[in-house]
Amino acid sequence: MPLVQITSPHAHTSQSTSSVMMLVAIATLPGIAALTIGFGWGTLTNIVLSIIFALALEAGAVRLRKQPIGFYLRDNSALVTAILLGIALPPYASWWIILTGMFFAIIIAKHLYGGLGYNPFNPAMVGYVVLLISFPVEMTRWAAPLELVSELGTSGVSKPTLIESFGIALRLIELPTIDGFTMATPLDLLRQNDALMISDLKQTYPQFGAQGGLVWEWANLGFLIGGLFLLYRKIYTWHGPVSMLVTLSLLAAIFYDGGSSNSGGSPMLHLFSGATMLGAWFILTDPVSSAVSNKGRIIFGSGIGALIFIIRQWGNYPDSVAFAVLLMNFAAPLIDHYTQPKTYGHS
Amino acid sequence: MRKVWDIHGGIHPPENKTQSLEHAIEFAGIPAQLILPVSQHIGAAASPVVQVGDTVLKGQCIAEAVGAVSVPIHAPSSGTVTAIEDRPIAHPSGLDDLCIVIDTDGKDIWHQPPSTRDFTQLDKATLVELIRNHGIAGMGGAGFPTSIKLNMREPSNIKTLILNGTECEPYITSDHVLMREQSRKLAQGIAILAKLVQPEEILLGVEDNKIDVVAGLQDALKQHDFSALTGKPTSAEVITFPTKYPSGGEKQLIEILTGKQVPTGSLPASLGIACQNLGTAVAISDAVINDRPLISRITTVTGQAVAQPRNFEVLLGTPVEYLLARSGYNASSSNRLVMGGPMMGFTLLDITMPVVKTTNCILAPTEAELPSPPPAQACIRCGLCAEACPASLLPQQLFWFAQGKELEKLEQHNIADCIECGACSYVCPSNIPLVQYYRASKAEIRQRDADMQQAEHAKVRFDARQERLDRLEAEKIAARQARQAKAAANKAAQAGQDPKAAAVAAALARVGAKKSALEAAQNASAPEQIPAATLATDIDDPVQRALAKRAKQEQAGAANPAAVLQRAVESAEARLEKARLKLTNAETVQDSNVDAFKLAVDKCQSKLNQARAALDAHDAT
Ligand code: SF4
Ligand code: SF4
Repeated sequence: MPLVQITSPHAHTSQSTSSVMMLVAIATLPGIAALTIGFGWGTLTNIVLSIIFALALEAGAVRLRKQPIGFYLRDNSALVTAILLGIALPPYASWWIILTGMFFAIIIAKHLYGGLGYNPFNPAMVGYVVLLISFPVEMTRWAAPLELVSELGTSGVSKPTLIESFGIALRLIELPTIDGFTMATPLDLLRQNDALMISDLKQTYPQFGAQGGLVWEWANLGFLIGGLFLLYRKIYTWHGPVSMLVTLSLLAAIFYDGGSSNSGGSPMLHLFSGATMLGAWFILTDPVSSAVSNKGRIIFGSGIGALIFIIRQWGNYPDSVAFAVLLMNFAAPLIDHYTQPKTYGHS
Repeated sequence: MRKVWDIHGGIHPPENKTQSLEHAIEFAGIPAQLILPVSQHIGAAASPVVQVGDTVLKGQCIAEAVGAVSVPIHAPSSGTVTAIEDRPIAHPSGLDDLCIVIDTDGKDIWHQPPSTRDFTQLDKATLVELIRNHGIAGMGGAGFPTSIKLNMREPSNIKTLILNGTECEPYITSDHVLMREQSRKLAQGIAILAKLVQPEEILLGVEDNKIDVVAGLQDALKQHDFSALTGKPTSAEVITFPTKYPSGGEKQLIEILTGKQVPTGSLPASLGIACQNLGTAVAISDAVINDRPLISRITTVTGQAVAQPRNFEVLLGTPVEYLLARSGYNASSSNRLVMGGPMMGFTLLDITMPVVKTTNCILAPTEAELPSPPPAQACIRCGLCAEACPASLLPQQLFWFAQGKELEKLEQHNIADCIECGACSYVCPSNIPLVQYYRASKAEIRQRDADMQQAEHAKVRFDARQERLDRLEAEKIAARQARQAKAAANKAAQAGQDPKAAAVAAALARVGAKKSALEAAQNASAPEQIPAATLATDIDDPVQRALAKRAKQEQAGAANPAAVLQRAVESAEARLEKARLKLTNAETVQDSNVDAFKLAVDKCQSKLNQARAALDAHDAT
């Protein structure tokens, strides 16, 4: 007679943390595909190495904390952190950059704070910012769109195959240092620009593409699609991402300045360039480090949107999603304190 | 179409209601034994008025109400009382309680056959009295004595009478079939309620997954002229609203139907609203119109581990075992037994437990149907729980504070407003048993408050004692002074030299004595009243009741004391065994109540020791 004591409720949804994380991982695929098609295999090598390092580091940390390894690896959170950092790094990042980044993400930002659920900062973004500050040269050397590599055809730069790409990532093959293999991104150009109208910029630099930059606009579209899929699957609510995107567009519209040489760039440029969509749908939606209530998430998202624009426009770094997210992670507990929802029966 | 409101949160678990809806309500039959707990309601337990060996008839009162917040118990069928003893009862704590056990004779003879009566001629006091005397307590939720709920201020301050036909828990269909098959009786019950509380509107709230009963209900309601009953214009409406769990929570239903929230810590009556359960309304109709006490109810028996899920009309006190046997229960395929629904029901540890007034469902699921909970993962603060919470709490924060045992933070985050609906646990992707944490935390808060109160109590007593000692001391001193003064005066008088001086001395002494006595009295008078009051509670009737009960039992056992003692030892042994089993169970599932079970084991052990000692002592003589 199976008379066991189990407390209510006895029913449960089939959704588990592991499956949520897996869905998030799957939803990054369209964006990853766009990046890979546009910039070559470099993003994929980043991600593969990230995942390997992340799982190894996670297993090590869980072991040191004397917890069951399999149980924690199966929550898939390290996998998601690895994929997000892999996407954020410049393609063909070298293995030691990736290892350093993953170390800071998994060990410092997550396990030192007590593991999943206790980390106040988004692990992937901690890893990214540490790398950006420590290795500014490597971290701002973004690959050129393949389309332009062939167009420019400069001095025999070949497009590396998948195998060659892993060779480059492991630095068994030297990273081609020739001009044209790497190239300033549209956001770089925009920040350095102080003479040209936006329209002139676009004509001078082919990487500007139609809206947010060649490849970038497709990648952002990919992440937008992935995000909408997660929204549809009710993995998160619209509050965070939408308020971030709305705030960013509003500020961009206000400071567009008719496309003059002082212009901060059009709303479309901001929405579809850099890490905007990745940040909106995959980074600030990380539940652990964000604000808790829906109202709180609106404030949290708007804050990130505003900070992204401010740093892009007036700061020292061309893109700023990581900084903006970390700054708002700081503010999340405060936001939570002031946005506690009104309980039933309380006025 | 009347406007309905939406509540925050809520979930849509699979309903699983159709299985038990295929058949009409069926009488479950008369089991060989009926086990009737004397406490099936909130408030004081009823006190048995029968003795072991007595013959009882169907509908006869076997335990009478004690005090105002209590209801009597009636025999559900005819037979012989074979025991009045502690038995496992249907309560989440899994502990035993006093039950009257009746071995039925199968004849089912009425004590007083049901008659019919015209309730419109009765006044309010008579109605309340009938409801109380027929043992009617709320048949959903906690089982609050209905007469108390209805016996309110005059004139009635209730504007809205709500009948809760929501039945939002998956699997349960007892109210659904009741609306389907007993709409006429239900409407009669509603009419009686209307006469009692004199509302301006009567709202029968039904979730839209039971749309098939609406027309029948409307017809039944039309049979009554509610305005005539209340003496003012009164409307009666059936209102449907979208299915969502937990719309059937009293507070949630009130918000859905009226858009108002019951202020925290107050009753719906503060908004001019009264809420009643459907089963209760039918029971009221039976009691008032047919003079039939509450001796049966409708219970759903369902789950994939029973071959014929259905609704039974069950005599109260029927063992769950009997119902399961009647439904084709397959013990090997079921993974647990739940009394109530899958969201708020509790697991049964003993299938001999009886059906009571609040038992709306027995659920026997298979492992595939309701899998055992997997180990909890870390809270990823996804907020799904907060989305789902009908009380607009932040379950993830409550969980955080509950882990840290931060009771004050828990109170600040309004843990008291948690209705333990389980919606948060249901959606949590990390499988955290959130509700279990909240229950434990609430218990801790209660314990802390009780401790504080006790400390306060002890302090008052201590102070009072101190005052009394001081006063006695002061009186002693005053008396001594008076004696001394008198002695001095006497001396002076004896000396006889100056009678005047002696008189003065005596007067002075009198004044001094008076003064010190007065001071002492002032110091002592205020706190002196408190211990008197506290003492009064100590000799309240429960003690006397217990004494009387024991005397009665002793009387019964006087004939053959050795056998009685032997029985006592045996039953103590059995109870200890059971308590141990529960403890191991609790330990294996790491239940939060482990400590309670430990305590229970200890208690049983000491009782057993006592019983053995008594037997030995008897044998020795
Ligand atoms: S649903 Fe579970 S994991 Fe998500 S925030 Fe609530 S408690 Fe944490
Ligand atoms: S059990 Fe309590 S905290 Fe959880 S959803 Fe229900 S009311 Fe909210």
